[in-house]
Amino acid sequence: MSGDGLRHATEGRIDRGTVLRFRFDGTAYSGHPGDTLASALLANGVRRIGTSVRLGRPRGVMSAGSEEPTGVVQLEAPFPDPMRPATMVELHDGLVASSLSGRGRLADRPDPARYDAVHAHCDMLVVGAGPAGLAAASLAVRSGARVILADERPEVGGASPDTEGDDWFDRAGARVLTRTTVFGYYDDNYLVAVERRTDHLGAAAPGNLARERIWRIRAGQVVLATGAHERPIAFAGNDLPGVMLADSARTYLHRYGVLVGRRAVVFTINDSGYRVVADLAAAGVEIAALVDPREATGGTVGGQVGGRYGGHVVVAAHGDDAHGHDVLSTVDIEPVGGGPTVRVDADALLVSGGWSPVLHLYSQSGGRLRYDEVVGAFLPDGCRQAVTVAGAARGLTSTTACLVDGVDAARQALTALGITPVDWSPPSVGAGAEGPPPATAAPGGVPDLRFVPAEDYSTHFVDFQRDVTVADVLRATGAGLRSVEHVKRYTTAGTAHDQGKTSGLLTSAVVGQALDAGIAELGHTTFRPPYTPVSFAALAGRDRGQLYDPVRVTAIHDWHVRHGARFEDVGQWRRSWYYPAEGEGLAEAVRRECVAARTGVAFMDASTLGKIEVQGPDAGRFLDRLYTNVMSTLAVGAIRYGVMCGLDGMVFDDGTVARLAPDRFLLTTTTGNAGPVLDWMEEWLQTEWPDLAAWCTSVTDQWATVAVVGPRSRDVLARLAPGLAVDAATFPFMTWRDTVVAGLPARVCRISFSGELAYEVNVAWWHGLALWEAVYEAGAPYGITPYGTETMHVLRAEKGYPIVGQDTDGTVTPQDLGMAWVVSKKKADFIGKRSFARSDTARPDRKHLVGLLPEDPTLLLPEGVHVVDPACLAGGRLPEPPVPMLGHVTSSYRSAALDRTFALALVAGGRDRIGDRLYAPLDDGRLVPVTVAGPVLYDPEGARRDG
Amino acid sequence: MLLIRCPWCGPRDETEFHYGGAAHVAYPSDPAALSDEEWGRYLFVRENLKGPFAERWCHTAGCRRWFNAVRDTLTNEILRVYRIGEPA
Amino acid sequence: MTEDLPEHPDFLWRNPEPKRHYDVVIVGGGGHGLATAYYLARNHGITNVAVLERGWLAGGNMARNTTIIRSNYLWEASAGIYEHALKLWEGLAEDLDYPILFSQRGVLNLAHSQQDVREGARRVHANRLSGVDAHWLDPGQVKEVCPIVNISPDVRYPVLGATYQPRAGIAKHDYVAWGFARAADALGVDLIQHCEVTGIDVHDGRVTGLRTTRGPIGAGKVALSAAGHSSVLARMVGLDLPVQSHPLQALVSELLEPVHPTVVMSNAVHVYVSQAHKGELVMGAGIDAYNSYSQRGALRVIERQMSAALELFPVFARAHVLRTWGGIVDVTPDASAIVGLTPIDGLYVNCGWGTGGFKATPGVGWCYAHTVAHDEPHPLNAPFRLDRFSTGALIDEHGAAAVAH
Repeated sequence: MSGDGLRHATEGRIDRGTVLRFRFDGTAYSGHPGDTLASALLANGVRRIGTSVRLGRPRGVMSAGSEEPTGVVQLEAPFPDPMRPATMVELHDGLVASSLSGRGRLADRPDPARYDAVHAHCDMLVVGAGPAGLAAASLAVRSGARVILADERPEVGGASPDTEGDDWFDRAGARVLTRTTVFGYYDDNYLVAVERRTDHLGAAAPGNLARERIWRIRAGQVVLATGAHERPIAFAGNDLPGVMLADSARTYLHRYGVLVGRRAVVFTINDSGYRVVADLAAAGVEIAALVDPREATGGTVGGQVGGRYGGHVVVAAHGDDAHGHDVLSTVDIEPVGGGPTVRVDADALLVSGGWSPVLHLYSQSGGRLRYDEVVGAFLPDGCRQAVTVAGAARGLTSTTACLVDGVDAARQALTALGITPVDWSPPSVGAGAEGPPPATAAPGGVPDLRFVPAEDYSTHFVDFQRDVTVADVLRATGAGLRSVEHVKRYTTAGTAHDQGKTSGLLTSAVVGQALDAGIAELGHTTFRPPYTPVSFAALAGRDRGQLYDPVRVTAIHDWHVRHGARFEDVGQWRRSWYYPAEGEGLAEAVRRECVAARTGVAFMDASTLGKIEVQGPDAGRFLDRLYTNVMSTLAVGAIRYGVMCGLDGMVFDDGTVARLAPDRFLLTTTTGNAGPVLDWMEEWLQTEWPDLAAWCTSVTDQWATVAVVGPRSRDVLARLAPGLAVDAATFPFMTWRDTVVAGLPARVCRISFSGELAYEVNVAWWHGLALWEAVYEAGAPYGITPYGTETMHVLRAEKGYPIVGQDTDGTVTPQDLGMAWVVSKKKADFIGKRSFARSDTARPDRKHLVGLLPEDPTLLLPEGVHVVDPACLAGGRLPEPPVPMLGHVTSSYRSAALDRTFALALVAGGRDRIGDRLYAPLDDGRLVPVTVAGPVLYDPEGARRDG
Repeated sequence: MLLIRCPWCGPRDETEFHYGGAAHVAYPSDPAALSDEEWGRYLFVRENLKGPFAERWCHTAGCRRWFNAVRDTLTNEILRVYRIGEPA
Repeated sequence: MTEDLPEHPDFLWRNPEPKRHYDVVIVGGGGHGLATAYYLARNHGITNVAVLERGWLAGGNMARNTTIIRSNYLWEASAGIYEHALKLWEGLAEDLDYPILFSQRGVLNLAHSQQDVREGARRVHANRLSGVDAHWLDPGQVKEVCPIVNISPDVRYPVLGATYQPRAGIAKHDYVAWGFARAADALGVDLIQHCEVTGIDVHDGRVTGLRTTRGPIGAGKVALSAAGHSSVLARMVGLDLPVQSHPLQALVSELLEPVHPTVVMSNAVHVYVSQAHKGELVMGAGIDAYNSYSQRGALRVIERQMSAALELFPVFARAHVLRTWGGIVDVTPDASAIVGLTPIDGLYVNCGWGTGGFKATPGVGWCYAHTVAHDEPHPLNAPFRLDRFSTGALIDEHGAAAVAH
């Protein structure tokens, strides 16, 4: 069809003085500001804009709104965007789009746009800025309420083109969000909307503006003025481009100045089709026929109508050879119940199968729906949330009724909020109007016509996007299906991008007819968020890249960066992993760092360790209940290692406890567990032992910690802390001293995670870098070497010290780790104690932490590799799976100190296998012999800790 | 997104809270006196009611206090909140 | 890769009235209940069986899951039953004569920290000894399997590698459920829908029947298979199960041209995503923290998951969410299921599958049918006994699913 003459000379709210250029499927077209892509294509005579996904049938535009089932396109420029309803794409200069066959296409490059989210609170959220919504918002604003009014369209006024003026609406008094779709209604009146801020600007969109913004709105009261969707009717060929929902033709005329055709047939089962006839005829469209199954084609129709077919239905729509078979050319009309067929030429067939209130959000909120036989659709039927439905969304049809209803809904909501509503009504209604008129059916009632009876239902489409026909639905019921949910899944009706906005009730009606059941009895499929599709990027918002999760770094981090450290993520912390010198990889660097710590001096940033201070007269008693060992007997000035278990007896965390004062303890936790341990302690204190006078505070970020490790560490410390007696007798192992280090107030702890003489120096966080640099300088004469987490792991593993989370996995007891010594026998109870006595937990053949020495001392066992008993081997080979496993390697390293490789492993009955040979099957098929050893492989006598 | 009324701070978004499961499950006074089965019940068995359910929440991003709530697990409606130690 | 779905058969099942008595009544017409009924009839010749469903068949988690099938679980007990299931999946379309669309496109489990790498390697080694196909891939190999994964080191949690199970994949959930239902129906099993159990009759320690919204039904044996509602049923006989019911959400996009050839899961950032047969992206989110039977969760869980997903898959930015939904997952303290006998004679329980229920469907159906038929567990479900919560012999699979239990 040529586009000539399809643009009306005066109608519409488009800017005819400005021309916008766009391309569709490679062809250049033009339109105007105010157009959508759909209206511009229709104005240019483009009818077919896609191909259906399953049957390959032509698809055009059916509606003028977000319920659009067929007119879905791929945007190509300014940026590829899949599956966009052309009815919701605002035209801008340079827009490029192409047709689809039911599947969109993602861009092959990153989306440069930004996305954002905003929280908002209001007394009243009004969804939908049609007559009811505007009236509701207006009353609420005038009554002094904080109001948010959201609407998916570019301007307020609603879907209906029947604008009667809304000058009475005070935009400034409310937060008005246009181009904003409220798409989800969650618990406690929490609603979520997406605002489209830049798409309509095209290339002119400012780069600093988020393309889409999520609104998270908590509303005191919600008024849903969400309108109604017109329904199609199923007949043969009802999917042909040119067949449209009737009222959308009025929207195209009045809003966009576009004639959807030159010669139209209107097929309606309710009175709303008559205003279509009137308006189109007045605009110069030839009305070839008005078809209404009701006997009397009631209502006054202005303008010429070619033929009036009361008591008739449209049975088929066709293309023809002259105009092509992918657009409408002729319409077949028959009397209800059968009879002679009249064939009428038409390029538009405008169908109204009645109106379905838009209750998606209401249903999401938990609202019940009931089927109303008079309206022929579901209506709201009560909700426990603070929500009121107004206007067409509860079945009202006239603009006046909707205005009155909006005021009434606002009055109810305001009263519930404790706000006194002012006495006001929209001028066109008149002040003080009483409640709304009841929902009314068309004169003579709306016939329950959903699909036109036929022999062959294979082109009576129900779901236009998923290519589902009446025949498909009948096949489903024939297969034994009785539930609309089953039929939906059998046919896929209602599962497309439109989620069945136009097809849902039609599907139910066909099922109902097939099963001789009412729609009320069948119910409806569940409405789920989002109301209309929402981009992944909008939901992701700003929380991407470095903003996905905070990166925590220590006060010394910049130094590590400057000195070439490699980092690893430990929880949110970024920790130095190792410090490669020129030409070094991980293995070489770690070897050098280890040698420094074992033979000279090395230092490490240990600031990430969790630190919790516990104060109060009952602090000691409290810790006795949390740790497996006794803490209350610790002397002030002393430090003790401790293990915490869960109630199930499994190791939860470990660390040191320093007694600072009779009523003050300082705990350390593993880096990743600092938060969970504090939460755990507070939970017990508050919920079980509120009688204990003890209080916990996280001080992780208060103390920067530098571990100075190695035989020369005492020399380094002595230079930095001249006031501190550093000799082993005066400052023994597992004690702490408050002193001054490098001129900074410091607490020095003589503890060691390496077996070497070592000090952990703690200073205020903001002194961390100064301390570190001072240590570096003071240690320079001794060749002090910075080391990272990998070297820390090697050093501790050589000593058999486990890492919680690496050598344990939530199934390991302290006894399994060979640390029965840390489990008090004297205490009557502590968390986890009872679980040790359970039959499985007390088994002697549980997995124990042991050392493993590969017989080839150069072979590094991969961590995670498992070990098997030689007894299970057959001919030196593994048996068929499942192969019995004894356990797995938890840690494995090359040791400079041992001059060989070694591993720690959890092995069933491991302590009883020391000296045994086991085999480790490797990825390459080799079976590697390993010897079981005790876990402490270096300095088992502990001779080195005093230097 | 629940709106939870912390008894100390007032209504706040669910994101500020940590969930603590069933309320009123007291630590046994003498765990050693329990059988493995009884101890196992204390460790692992919690009410899983469909309907009003007494549960614990902690206002972790606020006052860090634990408190109890009765919430209908079918509708997510919070019927009441009360402080630790107050009767259910 | 995208394709039209095959049509369902012209006939699925009868809609019979309940009989007064059955040898076995299965409570719960989800995937597990239907599979159990099928294997009871096929493997054990027990056909006087009813499956009672309070709503519509397979309308619970079976209709709501993200259809991932894999067997690469950590512990031998888990790998055993899931691998048994996977082998059954491989022959299921033929067995049921139903196009269940089992697509063995592989599953990647991404590692984002050294700790993840260690855990992944451990699982690969254990899987191989259990007879599960498992590989460790470095980031370059991950990119070869799934070219759209962002392996740049510059993201917040970079991909450091992945475990890969090539035999894993996805299937079409409704087709699976209906395949079992149709086959069970054909063997004489009565599928009774809209029939809610309101009471369980026990005499002298033995189950005798059920009270339902469609009248009393006598039963020689009763097999509970009601996922999130198991606690409610077990309570009817005074049995407390160590399960908690939580919302688990998932979502689907519009149909898209093929971009994603495999299944990607990430424990650390809580994402699992595949592109289903027709072209829609199917994505699962984390579990909502609180107990709920509401079949709805908070949007923030999905927002968080999207942030993580776009880190891994920048090309998904302009895809659109069409629909989100929630199921009710029944989670146990050790994230492993409970399948076996109860203290009441003739009453059996199958629950606690958390997020693993769909992939286990044929395997658990097979083993549960055996348990009911022989009144003793099949060796593969013997470790999943209820009394492990007393002995402490847990099967701790907290690392197994891409969600934090």
